[in-house]
Amino acid sequence: MSDVNNSTTALEAERAEKEYSGPMLAADGTPLKRSLNKALRRQKLSALLLIAPLLIFVMVTFIAPIADMLFRSVENQIVSDTLPRTTTALEDWDAESGEIPQASVYKALYQDIFIAQERKLHTRLGSRLNYELTGASSLFRKSGRGVDDIGEVYQDQFEDLNAFWKSGENWNEVLGSDAWLSDIKGWKENSGTPQPEFEMRDGIAEIFPQTASYYTIFADFVQNEDEDNLYEEDPWSLIYSVFYDDLTGDTASSIANYSGPGAAEIAEAAAAAPSFETVEYKTAFAEIDKDWVATPIWETIRAYSPDFTNGYFLNSVDMQKSADGPDFRPENQRIYGTLFLRTLFMSMCITLSCILLGYPIGWILANLPARTANLLMILVLLPFWTSLLVRTSAWKVMLQTQGVVNDTLVWLGVVADDSRLALINNQTGTIIAMTHILLPFMILPLYSVMKTVPPSYLRAAKSLGATNWTAFWRVYFPQSVPGIGAGSILVFILSIGYYITPEIVGGTTGTFISNRIAYHISSSLNWGLAAALGAILLAVVLGLYYAYDKIVGIDNVKLGG
Amino acid sequence: MVALTPISRKPVSFYVPVAAAAGAVAGLFVGTANGSGFLGIIIGAITMAALAFLLTQIIKNEKIGRWGTVIAFAIIGFFMAGIPAMLIGAAFGWFFGWFSFWLYEGRYRSKIEPYLTPAQVLWHFTFRVICGSIFIFLITPILVIMPLSFNAENFFTFTPEMLSFDPDGYSLKHYRDFFTSSDWQGAVWNSIKIAPAATFLSVSFGTLAAIGLSQPHVPFRRAIMAILISPMIVPLIISAAGMYFFYSRVGLQGTYVGVVLAHAALGIPFVIITVTATLVGFDRSLTRAAANMGANPVTTFFRVQMPLILPGVISGGLFAFITSFDEVVVVLFVGSAGQKTLPWQMFIGLREQISPTILAVATMLVGISICLLTVVELLRRRSERLRGMSPG
Repeated sequence: MSDVNNSTTALEAERAEKEYSGPMLAADGTPLKRSLNKALRRQKLSALLLIAPLLIFVMVTFIAPIADMLFRSVENQIVSDTLPRTTTALEDWDAESGEIPQASVYKALYQDIFIAQERKLHTRLGSRLNYELTGASSLFRKSGRGVDDIGEVYQDQFEDLNAFWKSGENWNEVLGSDAWLSDIKGWKENSGTPQPEFEMRDGIAEIFPQTASYYTIFADFVQNEDEDNLYEEDPWSLIYSVFYDDLTGDTASSIANYSGPGAAEIAEAAAAAPSFETVEYKTAFAEIDKDWVATPIWETIRAYSPDFTNGYFLNSVDMQKSADGPDFRPENQRIYGTLFLRTLFMSMCITLSCILLGYPIGWILANLPARTANLLMILVLLPFWTSLLVRTSAWKVMLQTQGVVNDTLVWLGVVADDSRLALINNQTGTIIAMTHILLPFMILPLYSVMKTVPPSYLRAAKSLGATNWTAFWRVYFPQSVPGIGAGSILVFILSIGYYITPEIVGGTTGTFISNRIAYHISSSLNWGLAAALGAILLAVVLGLYYAYDKIVGIDNVKLGG
Repeated sequence: MVALTPISRKPVSFYVPVAAAAGAVAGLFVGTANGSGFLGIIIGAITMAALAFLLTQIIKNEKIGRWGTVIAFAIIGFFMAGIPAMLIGAAFGWFFGWFSFWLYEGRYRSKIEPYLTPAQVLWHFTFRVICGSIFIFLITPILVIMPLSFNAENFFTFTPEMLSFDPDGYSLKHYRDFFTSSDWQGAVWNSIKIAPAATFLSVSFGTLAAIGLSQPHVPFRRAIMAILISPMIVPLIISAAGMYFFYSRVGLQGTYVGVVLAHAALGIPFVIITVTATLVGFDRSLTRAAANMGANPVTTFFRVQMPLILPGVISGGLFAFITSFDEVVVVLFVGSAGQKTLPWQMFIGLREQISPTILAVATMLVGISICLLTVVELLRRRSERLRGMSPG
């Protein structure tokens, strides 16, 4: 019986060896290795599919905004967008010569500022440049009012020459194409249909190149931004000055060939133009403000004409651009260095006082019997769960000059009634309140580390002859260092970016860099600088986050003990 | 904890001076409050030394002695400065009565190791006192605002009426202000509308992702984890600034949806952390067993896995809820006046027109936090019990 069995198994084994001499196979006949790989891939894919919605969500709602902020800290398109002609003209200017730019730059400036003030963009540019050069804001506001006068010199002369040039309808008849003219005349402003888009008459652009290009800008502005009827709109005074340029410029010779509408008036104007009173743009700007004939404003415009700038970052480390590269600001304008140092110093004070207060608590919680420790743990967790604003308002109430702490001290006779301690609206207030607020973040990691240190180690050290201090310092303390590290980094990261508490109890001397960032976002509207300060703070925090990840591991973050 | 050390009565030469020293410390405070610190020290030391001797050597009956001290001190206090001092006096009396017998009977040694030297015993108790003061530091701010919120005046400190327990010193007027002011009520409604929506988003996305993250083979696990936890680490002001810039670009700034999305992002790390921690103790063979018996993945999830990880999901949800409910920096920037939440209103109140109504609100919020803390603690203990760990 057993022989028969043996021979059958031997036979089967032999047959199996013949059939499956290749790689080991899975039940469905595919090679086991491939089948396992496939299963692993499917497992990975399903895990990723589960994570994907959240990952996308966090990317869109959180990471993208941060990236956008970082982008803003270097973005600087406003100068080249608002003053495109000026920045191009300035490229030839030699800043180091100490001379003011050539006349063509002033002409470009006139055209840029004219368009900008029509679009109400010049004040925005002014406040942007004011971050770099004090006075730029008022300079641009003044110039915005002044450019009208410059153009009117030509406008008046053309209009005096022939009343034909006064009305917008005549200009449109000359410059607009016949098809567009018939469309616009048939268009009713209240009809609800969009205004027919302006179209230049064929050939105009060759004869009057500048007039054509500026009139296109004007037409676009009137139709799309002001939403007025272009046909009835009188042109900007800028149009007259470029028209003058065209009449007296390179293409003047071809004017004689023009035969479209208004040919007689154009010929008349072309004949009169050379004897017109002209405008010296440089002098005109010097009259508006003599800052225009000094180099600082031009250096600033040139320094900030590229689309990207490191200016905000330089500013946030108390530096500025100068003719020979980045340079420190004058002593009395440096604020951010002090502010960063103060933030670091106060965060360190807070971390240190959290260690001092948290260590005994961690120890006693770890060494008391479980029941008592759990009860005391509630005293740690209750502040942790209490709203941040509740705790901050409690401190604001307690630390006031007429507050509970001062009242108690006066009652005890520790301080006199007329020399109550200033505990709030200064660094002391911020440090006290924030130590209280962040203390649970120190205690919880310390506690979880200390709980793992066997108490027998200390007893062993003492039985080997160590004094209490040696036993603690050489045996216990080194084992609790990971807890101190984890807690300190956590407290430091949290405190360095704190905003609410310093804002409420910090006054002016107890505020952090975050308060400055908030100020730049909501009050001074210098978003680029806010973004640059934020980027620096973020870099510091991410560095610490990386260290935390290396030391503790992100997975080991514990909440609530 | 059982007694470690056999105890015996101590000689008079030990406990009378110790009681005198404690009396001197107490006398210092009472003395300075009444004019002369030095006199206070002397009187305190003599009184306590005499009291300790009287209680242990003449009265001897502990119960009578301790109650007698409490009553005597309360009466002295009442005649010195009225009702508040009576309470303080009673507390003093209770403490010194207990203290005298504690020293006399040698009870202080019963729970510590027998081999400690007297200096070590002293350090042991000094350390306890230090820890006690730190606990007081932790809890006092929360305790102080509660009685202050019943202040009848618009003051932020205890008025003399309050200290003498005059009913006129107390009122519910700040609570009435809270319930009748349209600003505060609007803020409460906004908070109630925003927080649950944000919690729902972070819990549903977060739980799914946590399950994904706890699979055995996840590519880029570390990087993904770092990204998902980052909203907790990045300073709020930076998140707020970034969201303000970005959400204004896409038209979400100043909208309900924008605030909800922002708060959901901030709550996600808490859900991820708590749910992954719960999943560590989850037995994977249960899902395989369910699949083996013919359940599809969805049924397995809702009937097998979900009930087991529910405590973690709920506490993660509570964390996310409290994050959104307490959050002020992001909503200040991302929200507009239409999304003014309770913390925002408190922030305005603290910065501009500081009014005691804030204390009433704060007291109610502390009540809510106590409830949340209790729920989270119960859930944590339950899940540890289920996992067979001692509730620690």
